[in-house]
Amino acid sequence: MKIRIRFRKYGVMKFVGHLDIMRYFQKCMRRAGIDIAYSQGFSPHQLMSFAAPLGVGITSDGEYLDIEVNAAKSSEESLRALNEVMVEGMEAVSYRRLKDTDKKAMSAVAAAAYQVSLKEGYEAPDADYEAAIEAFYHKPEEILITKQTKKSEKILDLKKLVYDFRVQIEEHSPVFYLKLSAGSVDNVKPEIVLSAFYRFLGEPFDPLSVQIHRLDVYGETDGGFFSLGDAGEEITAINNE
Amino acid sequence: MRKLALSDEILLTVEKPARYIGNEVNAVTKNPLDVDIRFCMCFPDVYEIGMSHLGIQILYDMFNRRDDVYCERVYSPWMDLHRILKEKEIPLFALESQDEVRKFDFLGITIQYEMCYTNILQILDLSQIPILAKERELNHPFVIGGGPCVYNPEPLADFFDLFYIGEGETSYDALFDLYKDWKASGKSRREFLCGAAKIPGIYVPSLYRVTYRGDGVIADFTPDEAGIPKKVEKQVVTHMTGAPYPQKPLVPFIQATQDRVVLEIQRGCIRGCRFCQAGMIYRPTREKDIEELKRQAYAILKNTGQDEISLSSLSSSDYSHLKELVTYLIEEFKGQGVNISLPSLRIDAFSLDVMGKVQDIKKSSLTFAPEAGSQRLRDVINKGLTEEVILEGAGAAFAGGWNKVKLYFMLGLPTETQEDQEAIAKLANQIAVCYYEIPKEQRSGKCQITISTSFFVPKPFTPFQWAVMYPKEHYLNCAKTVNEAVRAQLNKKSIRYNWHEADVTVLEGVFARGDRRLGKAILRAYEKGSIFNAWSDFFDNEVWMEAFAETGIDPDFYTLRERTWDEIFPWDFIDAGVTKEFLRREYENALAGTVTENCRARCSGCGAAKYQGGVCVENKDSV
Repeated sequence: MKIRIRFRKYGVMKFVGHLDIMRYFQKCMRRAGIDIAYSQGFSPHQLMSFAAPLGVGITSDGEYLDIEVNAAKSSEESLRALNEVMVEGMEAVSYRRLKDTDKKAMSAVAAAAYQVSLKEGYEAPDADYEAAIEAFYHKPEEILITKQTKKSEKILDLKKLVYDFRVQIEEHSPVFYLKLSAGSVDNVKPEIVLSAFYRFLGEPFDPLSVQIHRLDVYGETDGGFFSLGDAGEEITAINNE
Repeated sequence: MRKLALSDEILLTVEKPARYIGNEVNAVTKNPLDVDIRFCMCFPDVYEIGMSHLGIQILYDMFNRRDDVYCERVYSPWMDLHRILKEKEIPLFALESQDEVRKFDFLGITIQYEMCYTNILQILDLSQIPILAKERELNHPFVIGGGPCVYNPEPLADFFDLFYIGEGETSYDALFDLYKDWKASGKSRREFLCGAAKIPGIYVPSLYRVTYRGDGVIADFTPDEAGIPKKVEKQVVTHMTGAPYPQKPLVPFIQATQDRVVLEIQRGCIRGCRFCQAGMIYRPTREKDIEELKRQAYAILKNTGQDEISLSSLSSSDYSHLKELVTYLIEEFKGQGVNISLPSLRIDAFSLDVMGKVQDIKKSSLTFAPEAGSQRLRDVINKGLTEEVILEGAGAAFAGGWNKVKLYFMLGLPTETQEDQEAIAKLANQIAVCYYEIPKEQRSGKCQITISTSFFVPKPFTPFQWAVMYPKEHYLNCAKTVNEAVRAQLNKKSIRYNWHEADVTVLEGVFARGDRRLGKAILRAYEKGSIFNAWSDFFDNEVWMEAFAETGIDPDFYTLRERTWDEIFPWDFIDAGVTKEFLRREYENALAGTVTENCRARCSGCGAAKYQGGVCVENKDSV
């Protein structure tokens, strides 16, 4: 039986990297007594995979992992068991049974939404943000930037990869909302969009000046994007019989 | 939400920021306002090393069981953060509350190896606590040291207010109770220290006066004040069964060097190897009850979610119920993806059978620690492992499908000759022969035999505490001899040889048997930037040589000098159970090549029987 768990990562846990979060969850499963399935072979490992790695320093309300279990208790009981053994800064928020036809979270990832706000002690560039976003994002046919990869440079057209870019002024400070292409093909990090936008404003972008917060991760269907957390169904005491 | 001591800017620029955030599974949270005593426990090396240490887990759990104590942790900030803390003058903080260490009541430092001595100074310096104990004032924590190196704490005497000699489980309650009374009384630091010095196991270096003879050897070592004991008695847990043991060990986020739960099955060792300090200072050997171990294994796996459990002891094969315990662990946990690791096992039919069940034979290797190449030298060091036993074990292992063998030896042992060194290569070759005698179709390719040698450092409270060491060049020549001998063997292509650098050995030798005059050199080396000496990337021998020269210390005095039987050693003020007479007798037996039987076979009258525990009283009530 396939299960998708949605979790939040916040507070000091943003300093714990993706690989360590994976190890953290493996131990959580054992502590919580989740009847997770193991691979065959001499050194069996838990059948577990994560949707999209989250960079160090980023918080999130919408992280996902899929697990394979031999038997599942109800969503409510399972969430309680997991959250009893979690540390502050990690919280499981949904536990749903997937259909056999549902794609694995890892391969389903198509987009991610982010909120980017200024950290305390940093000033935002002085600008008319509505107008600037109009001119930077909405108006042009293409937004070409060079992305440095480990091996080479790559030209990206942000116009195609940024699905949404909005700003709200909250407590006198701009808060950016971005929906970006994600996944194994065209993964766009919010930093590179912000950096291009700041360049457009004629301001230097300091990645340490902003707190990036992932809101959710999406898959794609013919009709558009869907939250990975909407896949599958709640396990209730009744439908679990 | 928890507020961290370091800003995002700092944490996002240093390597592995999770080292500094605390919040680990099973970390203890208390309100500091609710306790009388705040204790910061320190392992003076990087987080991943420190988090692998069992002793801190035991004390952390034990201290926090007290409602009036809040015990937190700190480890050495890595080089990158070290520079930032120095430059920005940010005081070092404890992981749990993120509060400054200098505001604590105690800073407890475990001292596991000599090469961490300057890291201790780093901790004090970054905490902004005066490095010298005599400069500390009423508002500073008391700095207390523990662990195996305090069996000769003298090189560190200038930096510590107190040392706890022996096993931590016994005397801390008395110390904490005394502290609470003292804190309420408003008396001076010295008055607390004088009171503490009367608690069994507590040594206050500032209360003792050391004088030296013209030749530099200690003339007299006595308490400075009336009522302070002349001898400090090592602390021993009489009954390991029922002793405090953490049921909820801490689980780090980043991978610790030893990423597993540890089940201590016994303390001490019956073998009596003459080079081994642990085998002497943890006497008597005390086993834990098997039923208690089963319960503890279940609890620590359940409460941590770790996927590996390791049995801890100096010699697991000597645990009386090993078979039952291992069978239980395999049956109970193997199916749940839990690995079982069994270090320090003797290679025999039983252990091979067990290892075949818990390890991937193709990937794993078998380890033998003959320690010396020739039987003559093994008799000198009292390592009761014969060539016959080694070859038999290797043969059985090869027949069982293994083809990798690791061999550990020491070089620079007392009485060692070139022949003994060459015997190392010959023994490795013999093992290879043993493999190639198996018909070709029954073996899988070549065998891999890896020889590793370390250089022997004589330690206090061992029979070899009188032994002379050698200059660096001698050690390197020993390694060269072995290397050449390996290359002369028929099966040289199946044998690999690794050896260590000799600089560290000489330095360890200086500190292992050093006295309190060395404090100046340690401080000087730290001032010159020498930290993380246990990491070969950061170890710079030149800095140490300069530090010795500038402080007027001749390192050869500690390593190359012949010690007489009646010499007063810096550590003689400690009563470690084993008597000096016994150690001398054992050294004489060593020189005569006479083997001493293990504690279970025959009592050798070492002195540890006075603790009335473990092997010293085993089966005696029924007889």
